[in-house]
Amino acid sequence: MERAGCIEMIYPELEDRIVVTIMGACAQELYNLGDRDNFFYLQHAMGLASSIGLGLAMHLPAERVIVLDGDGSVLMNLGTFVTLARYRPRNLIHVVFDNGSLLSTGGFESQTAAGVTDLAAIARGAGIEHVATASTTIEFGEAFLAALECEDLSVIVAKVAAVGPEHYGMDLHLPENAFRFKRWIKTRKRA
Amino acid sequence: MTVSYENSKTIFEGIKAAGIRSVSALPETWLGLLLGRIEEDPDMTLVQVAKEEEAIGIAAGAYFAGTPHVLLMQNHGFFGAVNGLVSLAMLYHIPLCMLIAYRGHWGEPYPWHTRGGIVTEGVLRALGIPFEHARDPMKVAKQIREAWTFSQSSLSPVALLLTRDLMED
Repeated sequence: MERAGCIEMIYPELEDRIVVTIMGACAQELYNLGDRDNFFYLQHAMGLASSIGLGLAMHLPAERVIVLDGDGSVLMNLGTFVTLARYRPRNLIHVVFDNGSLLSTGGFESQTAAGVTDLAAIARGAGIEHVATASTTIEFGEAFLAALECEDLSVIVAKVAAVGPEHYGMDLHLPENAFRFKRWIKTRKRA
Repeated sequence: MTVSYENSKTIFEGIKAAGIRSVSALPETWLGLLLGRIEEDPDMTLVQVAKEEEAIGIAAGAYFAGTPHVLLMQNHGFFGAVNGLVSLAMLYHIPLCMLIAYRGHWGEPYPWHTRGGIVTEGVLRALGIPFEHARDPMKVAKQIREAWTFSQSSLSPVALLLTRDLMED
């Protein structure tokens, strides 16, 4: 399955929720479906998307926070799983698209590509109770809906093909993204 | 030398008086008594991280959420958080208020802290992070408040270096 298809499938569920995505293909594919003020595209600082998600989820218990992560990014911050497990924010869904590749930087194989490293097992071993894996778009959609329903910290590891969009580019400056994201959250808190 | 009980209490009270309600930290000897107080306070949220760079992300999340937050770390942890500082906080203009235990400087008896202490200010300067030294318990509450205010107005990381004078008796 392809990541773009997975994101497209869950896009309706992202429209009104706080979303943090990693850089590169993942960010571009979300943006191409329709940019929104409640999306934060972390275009650098690999590994920190889930940490941002944790900070958001712990301080906004009334909101649902969705993190769209990747194997290359999460491998740079495996400690995030133990911190997520320890604080267990009930309102956080951490999706890890595992394409076994550092796609955006030339497609070099990541450590998960050899089939030895199991990110879902790492998440479980860290102490996260709800960890699902998906290898078809239908499985992914079901896992995501189950995560929304269970109202607990959930990790979904989705095995996807190492393909990305043909063109990259956003009409959005990085600080502008941060400012409008913060403003969207502030407006929600007032409502 | 022992960690100052009184000054740890003063720093805690300064953090609360500045309106801070959330703290991320990696436990460190000098910060131990302070973290204990934060952990026991029902008004405060403490997020203990496995590595300091996580705290940059968590602090960004707290900022987006509108919760006043400070980061507590040792200077060596600050070194480990540099990419997060540069390519999250600085890149996106996200303010961070860091209280950094300044190990490995004047009076340091432990060899393993010394290299980090020697390069701390140079690294802060190279990154363009404004910093001050906290030495006097009479002034530290004001310094925390001002560090917080400046981080918010400048949309920048700022650092308050907690020195031996302040942290040890």
